Order: sequence, then C-alpha cells, then structure tokens
Amino acid sequence: MSKSGKNQTCSHDLPATQLDPALQAARDNKIKVAMIGLCGCWGCTLSMLDMDEALLGLLDKVTILRTSLTDIKRIRERCAIGFVEGGIANEENIETLKEFRENCDILISVGACAVWGGVPAMRNEVELSDCLREAYVDSVTAVADAIPTIPYHEDIPRITTRVYPCHEVVKMDYFIPGCPPDGATILKVLDDLINGREFDLPASINRYD
Amino acid sequence: MSIQITIDGQPVVTEAGENLVDVAAQNSVYIPTLCYLKGKPCLGTCRVCSVRVNGHFTAACSVPVTEGMQVEVDTAELADMRKALIESLFSEGNHNCPSCEKSGRCELQATGYEVGMVVSRFPYRFPLRPREVAADHIWLERDRCIFCQRCVEFIRDRQTDQKIFAIKGRGTAAQIEVNTELANRMPPEQVREAADICPVGCIIEKGVGFNDPIGRRKFELQSVRERALGEEES
Repeated sequence: MSKSGKNQTCSHDLPATQLDPALQAARDNKIKVAMIGLCGCWGCTLSMLDMDEALLGLLDKVTILRTSLTDIKRIRERCAIGFVEGGIANEENIETLKEFRENCDILISVGACAVWGGVPAMRNEVELSDCLREAYVDSVTAVADAIPTIPYHEDIPRITTRVYPCHEVVKMDYFIPGCPPDGATILKVLDDLINGREFDLPASINRYD
Repeated sequence: MSIQITIDGQPVVTEAGENLVDVAAQNSVYIPTLCYLKGKPCLGTCRVCSVRVNGHFTAACSVPVTEGMQVEVDTAELADMRKALIESLFSEGNHNCPSCEKSGRCELQATGYEVGMVVSRFPYRFPLRPREVAADHIWLERDRCIFCQRCVEFIRDRQTDQKIFAIKGRGTAAQIEVNTELANRMPPEQVREAADICPVGCIIEKGVGFNDPIGRRKFELQSVRERALGEEES
C-alpha cells in the first residue's frame, strides 16, 4: 500500500515540480506540521479544517506538509509536529503510524479513536471471526444468492484482532480527546507548541465526546 | 463545638465532626468525589477524594474533622493520585462517551475534566458485561458501572426498605444486578432518582436519553467543580 512496486506507484514517489527557490527558502524556516488518518471517521481531520481562517495567523510560522488536503501516503521530509487521527485496526495502520513516528519529533493523538480506540474499538467486545461473519456473511445487506465471501487479498491490509489506541503501538507525546475535538482545541494545542508553551487542555475545553 | 483545622496550610474554623469534603467546599477547596453524596452516609468506595490527613493518605469523604487536623489537598502527588484513580475507572469499563446517553451529565466524565485526564495510563480492558434489560422501566449498561454502590445503598424498595440493586461476584467477575420484581414496583420519580444518582451511564431510564442538546447539558451549564463549591453557599 505504501511502497511503490511493479504494478503501483505511490504518490509520494512521483516526481514533484521544484518550488520557486524563494518560496522553498521561506518554507524551510517554518515549523513543519502533518496529520495522518488511521482507523477513524475523518471527523478529526474535519476539525483540523475547522481552524478555518485562524490557521492563517499561524502560517508565518508553520507549513503543513500532509493532511487530507494533500493526500500523499508518506511525508517527504521530517516534521516537527504530527497529528494522528484514528486508532489501529489493521497492519497498514501499524506500518503508517510507525513510519510517522520515525519522521516526527512530536506525535499527538487526536480524538477518541486515537486516544483509546473509539467507536471502532466496540468490536473488541466480540471475536474478530464473529465480527467479519456479521459484516460479510450474515449481513442483512448481503447480496441475495451471492456466495458469502469474507474479503481476503494481498492488497487489502490484514485486520488486527483488536483495535488499539495509538500509544499502545508507538510512543505518543500528547493527547487531545474528543469525538471530535473542536477546531479551536486543536488550534490551541498547535499554537501553544509552536510558541514554546506547555501542552495544556484546561477543564473548560477538555471533552471526551 | 468550634474547632480549627488547616487545609493546604490555610487555617479553617469549622464544627467538629463535619465531613471533610463539605468543610473543604465551604472554604472554596474542591475535592473531586464520585461515590460521595452530601447528606448521605459515606460509602468510601471510589477513593477519588483521596487527600492527606495528618500525613496519611485517606478518602476525605470518610473523615469527620477534628481539632488541629492538618489536611493536604492541592499537591502534585495527590493530584496525580486522584487522576490515576479516575483513569483506572476509564480503563476498567467501556466508557464510550461519544455514544453514551449520560454524556454531558456524567459525573465520571465531568470529574475526568476536572482532574485533567486526557488518556488513561492503564491499558483499556474492554470488559464484557452483558447489559440487563429485564425490568420494565430501567436497564443496566453494566460495562459502565464503577461499583460506587450509591444505588445499592440509597435506592431501596419504598414498602420493605429492601435493596433493589446489588453487586454480584468479585474482582473482574463482579457485576451490578437489579431485582426485577422490586424494580418494577419503583414509582417513576424513583426510577429517575436511580438514574440520576448513578455517577456514570450504567442505570438508564428506558425511553430517555440524549434529551438535552450538546452545550446545554448538566455539566456544560455548570461544571462539577462549580456545583460542588456552589451548593455549599446556598
């Protein structure tokens, strides 16, 4: 999925047009930020976008290398701050998170799924085989007369038996709970970190839902 | 009898025998609680109100104040201890706030905010405790129970004073039970009282849930800290 091969080319391996040297030089001095999505609903990424025009005030200091807007599989250069949405539900999630950890100075779990597993972790209460059977074999939306099939292919990441929070796979530095957290909350954390202040989520903005 | 104690070095004049949680609140010192209910006998089950009294760790709700008592509440060690206790409760059950009917009016959640919890330091256990739906007006989401025993002690059959709720089993096998026959005799206001007294989303009134819009829920209107301190002033 994340490596280019004979039959596929990953977007991060495609040749990129060189930036204007002045623009590149300006960017080189900025704090690099990225966000990846694992097993979540993309709601936290939308909260990231909910920073709206407030983000403009940070752009003198920050450049964003990867979000859902620049949907490359892998960041091309080291980042200072990496946000992670979603928990760990398959082997591709593990690979992506480990690679992100190696290439980010600070990693932040964003949202209930990254923090403790969230809604996907509700399957931790049942056996994986039961879960797959319910979804693909005994599903009420199964196609009539079709042979029930649980998908299995080398291109489909293998699902993990349980859903894990990110910090059970790699070290996570900070946590922003919420389902999803507000854009303003993500903004506060980002603003604090790039201005050298301590991470702080006061009770007034800390939310688990 | 009027006595003097100190809370975090500050002298406090109060009456002998008063509950330490109440005395602290009267003097604007918030001690987080989950099982304690003002005016009810101390349960001492959750330990979230842990403080130091004359150098010893103890649950503040279990302490009647005495002359010269030296109380420590606001130290880094104690704050982290109380936070760890809250975190352990989040790990031991399935506290899926995004999907819970009690979210926004849940004391565990509100207290989590007050102690600054963002994640649990303990591994999340995802226990399997089947829900109990047999009673007519009440059901139990058992995996949210924190075993505070408020319902066990304070919700009783109005005719016989028998307990309606009980905890069955021990350790990881423990779970909350409800006597269906007695539960079906509960008048509507007692059903509501049972659901309200539950500090988490375990005891749920059937047909009720998600009634208040986000932003207008109980602890969003007034935080658990403000309630704990404000109720003392009235």
